Parts: sequence; C-alpha cells; structure tokens
Amino acid sequence: MNLSTGANTLRRIKLSEILHYGVLIGLGMLFIVPFYWMVITSFKTPGQAYLFPPSWIPNPFSLDAYLMLWGTAIPFDLFIRNTLIIVAFNVLGTLLSCTLVAFAFARLNWWFRDFWFIVLLATLMLPYHVTIIPVYVIFRQLGWLDTYLPLIVPAFFGNAFYIFLIRQFFLTIPKDLEDAARVDGAGSLRILWQIFIPNSMPVLLTVMLFAFVASWNDFFGPLLYLRRLEQMTVSVGLSMFAGYRSPNWPAIMAASTLSVMPIVLLFILFQRYFVKGIVLTGMKG
Amino acid sequence: MKEIGVNGLDANQPHASRHKKTQFSRRRLQANLEGYLFAAPWLIGFFVFVFVPFFSSFWYSLNQWDMVTPMRFVGAQNYIRLFQNDIFWKSTQVTLAYAAMSLPATLALAMLLALLVNRQNPLTLFFRGVFFIPAVASGVAIAVLWRWLFNPEFGLINYALSLIGIEGPMWLASERWALPAMAIMALWGVGATMLIYLAGLQSVPQHLYEAADLDGANKIQSLWHVTLPMMSPTIFYTIVLGVIGALQVFTQAYVMTRGGPNFATYFYVYNLYEEAFVKFRMGYASALAWVLFIAILVLTLVQFRLAGRWVYYEAGD
Repeated sequence: MNLSTGANTLRRIKLSEILHYGVLIGLGMLFIVPFYWMVITSFKTPGQAYLFPPSWIPNPFSLDAYLMLWGTAIPFDLFIRNTLIIVAFNVLGTLLSCTLVAFAFARLNWWFRDFWFIVLLATLMLPYHVTIIPVYVIFRQLGWLDTYLPLIVPAFFGNAFYIFLIRQFFLTIPKDLEDAARVDGAGSLRILWQIFIPNSMPVLLTVMLFAFVASWNDFFGPLLYLRRLEQMTVSVGLSMFAGYRSPNWPAIMAASTLSVMPIVLLFILFQRYFVKGIVLTGMKG
Repeated sequence: MKEIGVNGLDANQPHASRHKKTQFSRRRLQANLEGYLFAAPWLIGFFVFVFVPFFSSFWYSLNQWDMVTPMRFVGAQNYIRLFQNDIFWKSTQVTLAYAAMSLPATLALAMLLALLVNRQNPLTLFFRGVFFIPAVASGVAIAVLWRWLFNPEFGLINYALSLIGIEGPMWLASERWALPAMAIMALWGVGATMLIYLAGLQSVPQHLYEAADLDGANKIQSLWHVTLPMMSPTIFYTIVLGVIGALQVFTQAYVMTRGGPNFATYFYVYNLYEEAFVKFRMGYASALAWVLFIAILVLTLVQFRLAGRWVYYEAGD
C-alpha cells in the first residue's frame, strides 16, 4: 500500500472526527446557554438585568431575587411545600396502585383479563383533554374544588402506562421463584411483596421518577382545581408571578431555577432510569 | 361472568366428578376474586375517570350547559356552530401551522443529535444528558424562561441577532413572529425524540453497514441508503406523535401569550380551555373535545396501518 494515501485516509478520518465533535460541542453549548442565562439572571439585580449589551457574569452577585421569594407577597416557599405534598401522595398512590394492578395482569388468572388488558392499552391513546370536562364536573359535584383531592386521588387508581411498564417487567421474573413460595403457602400479596417488588427495583424507580416529574410539572390540573394563592403549586405560582404587568425578571428567573432544579438533580442522579422509560414510551406505538 | 367460566370448565373436563367439579370451580372463583381485587384500583379508576367521562363528554356535546342553569338538549347544534365559528378555524389553522413549522426542523435536529451522540464515551454521554434535560424540565419554567430570552429589548436572542447586524422582531408581541418563536422554542425540547431515534439507530443491524462498506459506500451514502430507510417506521411514528403533540399544546400558549397577539397563538386546546373553564360553555367545549378525539383517533389508526406496511417495504427492498 502506498504510504501517502494511508496518511491521507488517516487525515480524513481525523478531520471527520474533529467535525463530529465540533458540531456536538457547538450544539451542546447552544442547549446549555438558555439554562445558563436563567441562572445568571436570577443572581442579578433588576438594574443589571436591563443592561444592553447584557452581561454574562452578574456583578455584584446578588441573592435578592431568591430572598424576595421567601415568605413575601409571592410565597414561593409555600408553593414548594404544597407541591411536595401533592408529589409525595402522587408517587405513593402510583406505586401502590400500579404494582397491584400490574401483578394482576402479569400473574393472576381472572376472567376477561386479556380483554381488560386491551382496554388498558386503548386508554393510552385517549387524550387527556377529551375527558377533562366531565372529570372536572365530577370533582365539582363532590365538592373537591379548591382542595388537593382532584390532584391526588386519581393517582391511587392506577395509570395505564405505568401499569403496562411494570407488567412487562413482572413477566420477566422466573415463575419457579413464585411456585416455590406458593408451595410454602404464601399468598399473592406476600409473593408480590417479597419476590416481585424486591426484584423490580429498576422499573419501580423509573415509574417513581416519572410520577414525580409529572406531578411536579403538572400545570393544567392545579390551574383548574385550585384558586387560593396559599394553595398554589410551583408551576401555577410561577405562571401567575410571570404574568404581572411589570415583571421582575431576576425574581422570575430565580423561581424558574427553583422549579427546574429538582428535576435536573433527579435526572443527573438517575439518568439511566429516565432514559429507559422514555425509550419504552417511544416503543409503545 | 361466572357462567362462562363454569361452561368452559365443563367443556374441558366432561368426566370430572360432581364433587371435584364444585371444588375446582370454587378455587377458580377464588382466583377470579383475587384477580379482580388486585386489579380493582385500575378497574374503578377506568370506570370513574375514563369510561363514564368519555360518554358523558359526548352527551354534554349535544347539550347547552353553563353549569348554573339546567342542561338543554340541542342535538348537533354545537357541532354545527363549531364548524361555522371563525375562532375554531383560526385555532385549527394555528395548530397545524405550528406543526408544519416546528416538526421538520425538530425531527431533523433530533436525528442530527442522535447521530452525534451515538457513541459510547464520557463526552457524548454528557451531551446526551444536556440535550435531554430540557425535555423533562417544567413546561411552565421553560415557557417563562423563553419569554425572557425573546424579550425584544433585553432578551438574549435579539442581542445575538444584533451582533450580526439584524434588528430582531418583537417576537411574542408580534402577530407575525409569535408562532415562529414557539416553534424555535420547541427545538430546545427535542431530547425525547432524540432518544427514540438513538434507540432506533442502535437497533439497525450492523451487517447492513458492513455490506454497504464492502460496496464502497461512504458515510453519507450509508446514512442515506441504510440508516434512513431502516429508521423510516420510527421517523413516521415521531411525525404522528408530533402532530398529536401539536394538537395538545396548551402551556406555552397560556404562559407566553394567552393565545395572542390577536389570536396568533390561539392553539386548539387553548381554545378548548377558554370555552370550558373561562366562559363555562361546557356543551360547546365538549364538542371541541370530541372533534379533537376523532382527529387523534384517525392519526393513531393511520400510524398503525402505515407503520406495518413501511417495515415490510424496507425489508423487501
């Protein structure tokens, strides 16, 4: 082989690598900039935020925007507490109901089980907004408006997508484990608790994360069902705050940072489980 | 339900003794009871939150109802009014225009990013996270953040444009630029689509690339003749998903523009929200919900039909 063509190929490979990583890093920067902008704006004083050209580093570094959110006219600390209460019940209710139902679909034999499973899959395609009006009417008739119940109670009645995810995982657990326990006289609840749940931590973690993110980010629900300021969640509180006539951008960006931060932290800690869930959502169709 | 089970048992075991049979069916009954008990949360939830609302929503759509005065049956009038309503057509047009603007760019960017991060090293893994995080962050926070970025006077975007000598538009305050601004913002949320494409890329059989390589294909050619055809069902799936997503846009419209200026971002679901929960025209809003349902149903069915065909086509080629 000719030496110079070898060197040429090598150079071409290197060039394509440089191009590849150049584009990757360039686009990556573009994706990071909005977040960077959000965080630095939150550390500026209002005066600095309205400078042109804008400054990339806050000077002085001010915490005023965050202090403004604590126990003042916009009680963001209260919004965070309220949201955490709703999130906690949602995660608990989702895990409880979805594991029970998934176990019924994966391991128990009951009449019309396969029919109900098709119904479950069909409900995945039903858009949220089609049923929202009657659901609202039901909660109104129950006298649940202006309470957290409409945002919490449905979680205890299962979620089709999470049930599907957990069922698929349960199906992969070997049957002999379960048979041995049955011979020892264990009932279904004990088998679920002692065999299925400890062996399904990855999928349960995925469901937990999804339930957390969904209820932390939920906007439409609290917007419909809550009216009093002291009940508000982070998402509706933020949108109210940002809707003021003369917005205080550093404070709004501080509130945005606080509402994005928990999700970003969870993502950094549990990236693997998020990705698995998203890819399965993609495979669903 | 009980009868069917017993009949099924009789057919299977015609010679079983009477005693054995009752014992067996009692066990069967118990197993059924247990199954239904375990599934009860979802079964009840399905009836209360899906089945009944689904049909009552249709019933509402045939009535006039403001939730204060009693319901009045009006037949198909809500649907007739809907199709004669300018705001309905405007919101449909806004929604489809948004899908047409944002989808091609979003899907192309998602594919590019998936190709870029389809390697196993710390740097690409890090950037996978960077590209994906906006897709899980709170919709309200993102909408609020982009309102700030699109701020005509102090926003980062018009500053960047000024650096290359362009005077940026009024963005969200401009009837012409508000919808494109939302389409630009949607580019930042491609992370989920990128991950779907990444999974698709990783499932393309390696031997196809080897064959293409043997035939002397370069990288671009094998992308065009191997990767894209093999990915076509996935791409088609994300197109349908994108249109369905556009049909359900709400948060951006509410937080960034309240549907304005002059209805420029009056998305379909934003219209539904206004009719139902601001004007309390529950009958008319339910008709809107049903038209939305039919549209999404048709899209989903088309997706199912075509996806199967496409896979077959490519495999036979």
